[in-house]
Amino acid sequence: MSGAGSATPPIIRVENVTRTLAGEVPVTLVQDVNLEIERGEFVCVMGPSGSGKSSLLYLLGLLDMPTRGRIWIDGEDTTGFDDDRLTDFRLARLGYVFQFHFLLAEFSVVDNVSLPIRKLGRLGDDAARERAAQLLDRLGLEGQHEKRPSQLSGGQRQRVAIARAIANDPLVILADEPTGNLDSVSSANVRDILRGLTRELNKTVVAVTHDAQFAALADRRIGIVDGRIDMAWRPG
Amino acid sequence: MAIALDVALAHLTSRKRQTLVSLTGVVLGVAFFLAVSSLMRGSEKDFLKRLVDNSPHITVYDEVRQGRAQPAELRWPDAAVNVRNVKPLRETRGIRGWPQRLEFIEALPGVRAAPVLAGAAVLTFAGRQQAVTLSGAVPEKMKQVTTIEEKMIEGSLDALAADPNGIVIGQGLVDKFSLHLASSVNVVAADGTSRPLRVVGIFRTGNAGYDEGQAFVLLKRAQALLGRENRVNRVIIQLADPYEARSTAQTIEAATGYKSVSWVEASEDILSLLLVRNVIMFSVVSAILVVAAFGIYNTISTIVMEKTRDIAIMKAMGFHARDLKRIFLLEGLIVGVLGSGLGVLLGLVLMRVLGEVAIRPPGVSEVVHLPIWWGAEQYALAILFAMLSCLAASYLPARRAGSVHPVDILRGAA
Repeated sequence: MSGAGSATPPIIRVENVTRTLAGEVPVTLVQDVNLEIERGEFVCVMGPSGSGKSSLLYLLGLLDMPTRGRIWIDGEDTTGFDDDRLTDFRLARLGYVFQFHFLLAEFSVVDNVSLPIRKLGRLGDDAARERAAQLLDRLGLEGQHEKRPSQLSGGQRQRVAIARAIANDPLVILADEPTGNLDSVSSANVRDILRGLTRELNKTVVAVTHDAQFAALADRRIGIVDGRIDMAWRPG
Repeated sequence: MAIALDVALAHLTSRKRQTLVSLTGVVLGVAFFLAVSSLMRGSEKDFLKRLVDNSPHITVYDEVRQGRAQPAELRWPDAAVNVRNVKPLRETRGIRGWPQRLEFIEALPGVRAAPVLAGAAVLTFAGRQQAVTLSGAVPEKMKQVTTIEEKMIEGSLDALAADPNGIVIGQGLVDKFSLHLASSVNVVAADGTSRPLRVVGIFRTGNAGYDEGQAFVLLKRAQALLGRENRVNRVIIQLADPYEARSTAQTIEAATGYKSVSWVEASEDILSLLLVRNVIMFSVVSAILVVAAFGIYNTISTIVMEKTRDIAIMKAMGFHARDLKRIFLLEGLIVGVLGSGLGVLLGLVLMRVLGEVAIRPPGVSEVVHLPIWWGAEQYALAILFAMLSCLAASYLPARRAGSVHPVDILRGAA
């Protein structure tokens, strides 16, 4: 596995993680996963539909807790974190991009991006807007700041979602099929931005994708089949 | 907090029509609450005012609540003394030493008092008879403690002072006996003493029983007629503050030993009736606000359902469950604050309009206005109730929002 034994500790370490949904017939989403991801790495998680890719991503993103096993992020063992701590951790150190942009329809683009910055509270409201505006400009959304999400194209919205994901300068960006809903031009644009985050800003990006072109850009591709890591899996 | 407010306002303004409907519910609820409450409380105050103004605040009777202690009881205070067949002394009934007691009562702050000797008599005129309560009064004192002077339609109470053989009677008697001012009527006391008196005043209170069964004469005349020289059998008291009546009555009773009945004690049944009426009224008007609360619940519930994805993403982003709860509670609070404010304004308009309404009760010539009470506590009560309904209505949706699990929603959306 890449990075094992390198000087800096991995940004994400997953040890024997299993996630089972309780019920009359328990469903295992993720089984016995061991994984290490380095700082600045661009990792794609691939696999057939329903294989547990997204479930693994939610676990890595601390949106869900493993039934068994441990997850370290940034050197911290997140096992046993309560809801408050998980929430604070997500706010300060993780960012999310989803297939659907999930922007708040009532807010302008710049307000959407400044929302997590204001929530974190390290900057005042004006400074938060200022930073949000800079991020939007960097992602090529000059002049769109005051528009509502509904007034933007799909690709633009996804770029706003990326700006929001990196608003608090997180260590890890988790993306769940970020290009799944975009045309080819916008997809290429989003791919380049996410890759740029790892190259220029040394962010770690973990993306679930079906997009082979996207996967081709990644430092590493991890295949998932039936909840288990299967490095031999190839799309097709 | 600022973020929560931003999001709450954004939600409410994004669903203008539904928000407006909820808001209207609260506004109408508060306004009707105020209109009904001001009217009910107004009529209650009006009723009490009539009750308090037209009857003495305190009446001191020539009776005692407890019999006088017998010598044997005084001698052996700790013993089980049984004294049987105690009879009061045969003496002229009345308040003993009333001038001194009156002096004491009049010295109390805010007290006006008038001595009265009331007794039964029969009025005869042209072969017809009518039993009346004959009240012997001192006109200038009587005027201070009753509204009788205002009710005079002919002559005056003062005429009694000028004419020791005068009598003041009610319109009912005048009509019954076809009397007029200066008519002469015969008054017969219980012991048969009879004396012709001249009508010097006629009053009309609107209470038929009173107008037919009440007559006023000079105190001295009544004492002579009823055979109770130098006695009065009640002291009528009017207070500057009627609500002091209970405690003042107790003071007087403690000092004089005579039974002193305040209007509160005398009208306990009516007061409890008014209380029941208030409870009914507040239940009914509160029901309006409860209905309004359902409107708010509906709106905020819908918002929570529609915004589940927003809630999920905000939670994923790093908003706590309590932050999201706060957003939706704030939405209820905003509707509550705006609704209360506008409701109070509309309520004031309604109250003003109701106060202008003139009605003419059947058989009465004078036009009366609906009594409106403008007291502050009803606004506080209406606002308090509106705010409570709004918060209660938003609490359930808020709790639901707080318990949204982002993964459940994201999984469903993907």
